[in-house]
Amino acid sequence: MSLLDYFKITKVSSASVAKERLQILVAHERSFKNQPSYLPQLQKELLQVIQKYVNVGNDSISVNFEQDEHQETLEVNIVLPDKPR
Amino acid sequence: MTRIIVVTSGKGGVGKTTTSAAIAMGFAKKGHKTAVIDFDVGLRNLDLIMGCERRVVYDIVNVIYGEATLNQALIKDKHCENLYILPASQTRDKDALSQEGVGQILEELAAKDFKYIVCDSPAGIEKGAHLAMYFADDAFVVTNPEVASVRDSDRMLGILASKSRRAEQNLEPIKEYLLLTRYSAERVKIGEMLSVTDVQDILSLHLLGVIPESKSVLTASNSGMPVILDEKSDAGQAYADIVARYLGEDKPHRFIEEKKGIFGKFFGSK
Repeated sequence: MSLLDYFKITKVSSASVAKERLQILVAHERSFKNQPSYLPQLQKELLQVIQKYVNVGNDSISVNFEQDEHQETLEVNIVLPDKPR
Repeated sequence: MTRIIVVTSGKGGVGKTTTSAAIAMGFAKKGHKTAVIDFDVGLRNLDLIMGCERRVVYDIVNVIYGEATLNQALIKDKHCENLYILPASQTRDKDALSQEGVGQILEELAAKDFKYIVCDSPAGIEKGAHLAMYFADDAFVVTNPEVASVRDSDRMLGILASKSRRAEQNLEPIKEYLLLTRYSAERVKIGEMLSVTDVQDILSLHLLGVIPESKSVLTASNSGMPVILDEKSDAGQAYADIVARYLGEDKPHRFIEEKKGIFGKFFGSK
């Protein structure tokens, strides 16, 4: 530790950095925890079907699974190109 | 009723085997017939921590494959007559365990009137770890106040809630308890280490106890004596508290605050 460090007024402790990083990470990872395992395959196959008819890129489809106490929601979002060909 | 407890963590080296040995000895010393099972096939170490490595003849895989009876494989502890150890195999492949085989062993132990069965899980989330927790009623989640360990514990909680027998059969879920090990109140105080509250905020688990970082853990393992037998040591006392709390005794938490007074400063932690 250098002498200057003693004069810093707000020195963030490494433990609070650790806590913040963990809270973000754990919240993110928990959101995937209850997802059904077929989700990536579903996304891939949906994309193949859509690409048969519409010229969309690989990243233009998103599949989201959400769960609360009462229901499970499967949300599929497809972004179509401006000019359909 | 037999109670099956898994000691788990996800991450390696956080103190699962130390904890398994200590709490199993603690239950036995309280007069309960207890078995402790090593699920780490290929890397067994519970026998060393329990000090019975030279008495291992048969192991859990021999029992599953019918090469030995459960009675032949169970090792009676030399310190406490209520305690039995079922070692893991050192030579077999880690896939040698089967769910059916483990289930049969647990049933047989229950039929032999074992009150507590402590399952010492291997690190990771593969077969051994899965089978160690599959049949559990309670889970002791051993966590260090450190980012990697906390993250892995959270991952383990997800697996406990979805891949266990209780989850699959829609029974009451596994009861999960937090054991925070290698804790240094001094480092927490100066902001160098996650505190008990920090870890509880993240994992939202019921705290069963805090085990302070302690030299006595290494000296205990050096001599093959579960650290709970070192009644003068802080770690030994912390494990004794944990056993008492689990059994329903009202024990206030210790070792969370820094030692106070000049006496503590001079003599430090043991």
